[in-house]
Amino acid sequence: MVRAKIVSKETYVKNGGMKGIFRRSFLGIPYALFLLLFVVFPLLLIVVYAFTDENGAFTFANFVGFFSNATNVSNLFISIGIAFITTAVCLLIAYPVAYILSRFRSARSYILVLLFIAPMWINFVLRAYALREILNLLGLLGKTNFLNVIVGMVYDFLPFMILPIYTTLIRMDKSLEEASADLGGNGAVTFFKVTLPLSVPGIVSGAMMVFLPCMSCYVITDTFGNSKIPLIGKLIETMFGRASDWNMGSAIALIMLVIMFVTMILTGGFKRESTERGNAL
Amino acid sequence: MEEMTKETPLAPAENDCIIELVDLTRVFEDDGMVAVDNVNLKVKKGQFVTFLGPSGCGKTTTLRMIAGFDKPTSGKILLNGKDISALPPHKRPVNTVFQRYALFPHLNVYDNVAFGLKLKKVKVTYETENGRQFTKVEKLSKADIAEKVNRALKIVDLEGFERRSVSTLSGGQQQRVAIARAIVNEPEILLLDEPLGALDLKMRKDMQLELKEMHKKLGITFIYVTHDQEEALTMSDTIGVMKDGEIQQEGTPLDIYNEPVNAFVADFIGESNIFSGTMTGKRKVRFLNKTFDCVDDFEKNEKVDVVVRPEDVVFADEGQGQVDGTIVSSIFKGVHYEMVCKIGKTEVVAQDTLERKVGEKVSVVIRPEDIHIMAKEFTVNKYEGYITKHNTVAFGDGEFACDLTQLYENSFLDEEGYLITAEGEKLDLTDTDVEVEVGLKDIELVDVDTPEREGGAAGNIVSIIYKGDHYQVIVRTDENEEDYVCDTEYTWNENDRVSVVIPRDAIRLRLKEEVKR
Repeated sequence: MVRAKIVSKETYVKNGGMKGIFRRSFLGIPYALFLLLFVVFPLLLIVVYAFTDENGAFTFANFVGFFSNATNVSNLFISIGIAFITTAVCLLIAYPVAYILSRFRSARSYILVLLFIAPMWINFVLRAYALREILNLLGLLGKTNFLNVIVGMVYDFLPFMILPIYTTLIRMDKSLEEASADLGGNGAVTFFKVTLPLSVPGIVSGAMMVFLPCMSCYVITDTFGNSKIPLIGKLIETMFGRASDWNMGSAIALIMLVIMFVTMILTGGFKRESTERGNAL
Repeated sequence: MEEMTKETPLAPAENDCIIELVDLTRVFEDDGMVAVDNVNLKVKKGQFVTFLGPSGCGKTTTLRMIAGFDKPTSGKILLNGKDISALPPHKRPVNTVFQRYALFPHLNVYDNVAFGLKLKKVKVTYETENGRQFTKVEKLSKADIAEKVNRALKIVDLEGFERRSVSTLSGGQQQRVAIARAIVNEPEILLLDEPLGALDLKMRKDMQLELKEMHKKLGITFIYVTHDQEEALTMSDTIGVMKDGEIQQEGTPLDIYNEPVNAFVADFIGESNIFSGTMTGKRKVRFLNKTFDCVDDFEKNEKVDVVVRPEDVVFADEGQGQVDGTIVSSIFKGVHYEMVCKIGKTEVVAQDTLERKVGEKVSVVIRPEDIHIMAKEFTVNKYEGYITKHNTVAFGDGEFACDLTQLYENSFLDEEGYLITAEGEKLDLTDTDVEVEVGLKDIELVDVDTPEREGGAAGNIVSIIYKGDHYQVIVRTDENEEDYVCDTEYTWNENDRVSVVIPRDAIRLRLKEEVKR
């Protein structure tokens, strides 16, 4: 038997023939197409409509028209106001709930969390109508429109606030709270100086998931507010529907987009800093 | 740190015990596990005390009870004679350095260290113009806090890091911040929970020395938890070696190294040869098929464990020493050679700067004072069990075939399997309580997946101690955590899943009480 000695070793590359024909980045083509068709193109359409008149000529008239109409501007502020109040109420309810849930260590806590987020899986319109009937039974429907809208909004958006806060709280290193107690902090000190600051990222993402959709969620104002509380979203619907003024509708949609974008950047900048700190764990 | 020593005045000599654990026990409610079992310990003021043991031995739970994060199930923790076991952690004059540092990520270095000081309240005595004195409880002033923080940062060598975010620090620097954050409060006791575990080897060695230095400078009591025996030996004044929630041995590093009380401590603290031996007379012990002089006294014929440290085994030329053998392996370890000498079937590990080549015939010399003798902890497995049908007995989370005729002299089994006594009585022993004994050598371990060798019980290997010519293996069952201790020549690994096979005739039974007929 002859024993061969290895003189040199070279790694044999099998995919040599494929070079130039297939690249991994090709896998992204379907997604790029999807984005172009359903995100970029519609956005461009909105921009085009917003800056043109019914004859297709370039104009700022749509924006001037929106801001020179006092009702429109007040609707914008009402929308922001309702979104703000809803977010605040959601936070006040959600934080204690998330905090208590995060303290349960047993398997039962999952069931509790599930109960709180289960409404998210039930049809939104169905839930809204069920709550409406309850308000009707209590004799509140049609009387306390503003309150009803807030109740409806909070009921609808609460799970979106609980979940991110709960997630931040259970991921928090428990030894940080022990360290605070060890250094002389009682329950309140530990909560306000350690737990609360460290759960800010959860609060921010929860607030964003509530505040932004709130501004345009006119189904709720229609259902609970007797259509008496005008939301900016409702205005857009009217422009595209009954009024069939697509140019004005697009302009309002664009204004909303800018407001959301600015809010995102403001809170997003805040969030990035807090998660960076959170990563220090 | 003048002020720190000033604020903890030296206690009178008769009361120099700062902390005392009395019958301290912790049972976890969810699984009933006894994490800490009746621990008693006195810690003198200013000492460096270490709890040493493998993971799960209860050392961290003990520390957490002293800190107040865990409540004892029973027992007391006395601090300067007062029971503090009911006090919440924020009211105890102790501070902790956590295993993973637990620095506050949203605060910078300065604010981390100042955290405790900002919460501290002090009594300040004022004097009015007309000479009247009054005291007020107030917070520390900003200047006081800054001064203390700076001093603490200086001790841990982190001056100039005040404004840095803790996330930008290296592991060793974070460790120092954690230490500064604890000592800045001038605690009576500093608790350290494996504080060096996350550092690399070199950094760990440096920090060991620095911590020891800091302990000397500060003069406060350190209670330290580690699984690293070398760390414990290097740093401590007193070591408590723990296993299964109990303190196995308490003493100075030298005592524990030189005079381990049992095979576990000997095996855990440094390398050692552990042999099975028998006392053959006054200060004479037989092992390695040879009788050696020793300095410990035990009953004649008592079975003992003999521990000899590798560095105490000296090789002489063949025929010149006490017992002859052959070198089977030799490895250079930097300063010394680690050599294994085979004597009969037994291996003896030795360390020497002089190499003996593999295959060389040598003679082993062990001085009497280097032979450490310990009572054999375990000579037979004992269980409480009961007879099940068909001549089987249930014990130790399993069921085994056994010979019931040993319970009654001259009895035998009839065709149906009933026991017939010598007097001709027919007995049904089902559900009878018995005491069961099984010898260590009678237990055979087989891989759980071995076909047709299904044992009466199954469990995981939780401990392996090499005893010269065999391994002593402990198998623990899942359900009730029953242990099977067995001597085997085969090599197993910790956490191996095994079946316990016991031959029918090796199960010795005794009736717990006379059976009612």
